[in-house]
Amino acid sequence: MSWDIIGTYAVGVFLLIGALFTVVGAIGLVRFNDSMTRLHAPTKVGTMGIGALLLASMTGAFMAGQGSFHELLIMAFLFVTAPISANFMSKVNIHRKTCHTPPDAPADQTWSTLVKRDEDAPSSDVND
Amino acid sequence: MMPADEFLGWALAIAFAAVAISQIMAMFRLVIGPGSGDRILALDTMVVNAIGLIVLLGISQGTRLYFEASLIIAMLGFVSTVAYARFILRGDIIE
Repeated sequence: MSWDIIGTYAVGVFLLIGALFTVVGAIGLVRFNDSMTRLHAPTKVGTMGIGALLLASMTGAFMAGQGSFHELLIMAFLFVTAPISANFMSKVNIHRKTCHTPPDAPADQTWSTLVKRDEDAPSSDVND
Repeated sequence: MMPADEFLGWALAIAFAAVAISQIMAMFRLVIGPGSGDRILALDTMVVNAIGLIVLLGISQGTRLYFEASLIIAMLGFVSTVAYARFILRGDIIE
């Protein structure tokens, strides 16, 4: 069995893994019944699926003789930015109170995600 | 046709179908999503799945042309997700 055949099977296996992860993430996005629960499925599983698809693309390019590590750039970018955007979306959920809200803040203070900007006094120094 | 190439063809077809189905599911959540957070999440998922579709197109055509397109879509997707969330959290994007 030559390296060519092994590489072709590797690309196929990576594609199947990526497809499975992607579709599991989408099913979780549709089927889960709470906003914060729904946040879990696509931001973690879906990102892993795209990582597997990019791995398949990289392996295929190496097999075709024009290989490079360019896809690692997209993979690293996606893996770095997915938690950040998930954090922002969970802040949106807390702000819109579509989930369990945090307990009351200590006296004379408020949580920064619950601050309504229109109600701020002009000289207020609420930290983000 | 070698069995390995046949397997790769089937895997490509299955991956195309799976990513397209998950794109449709994300669109479904975008339409019915009860809150703004769900809609932003659905849009983010659709951007990530669009990157996957472009990568699959590049694999099936055997070219390296689509790498830059997927990189740019990844960056724009992150920036647009943060912009949407920022808009809901603060009322404007650039303070």
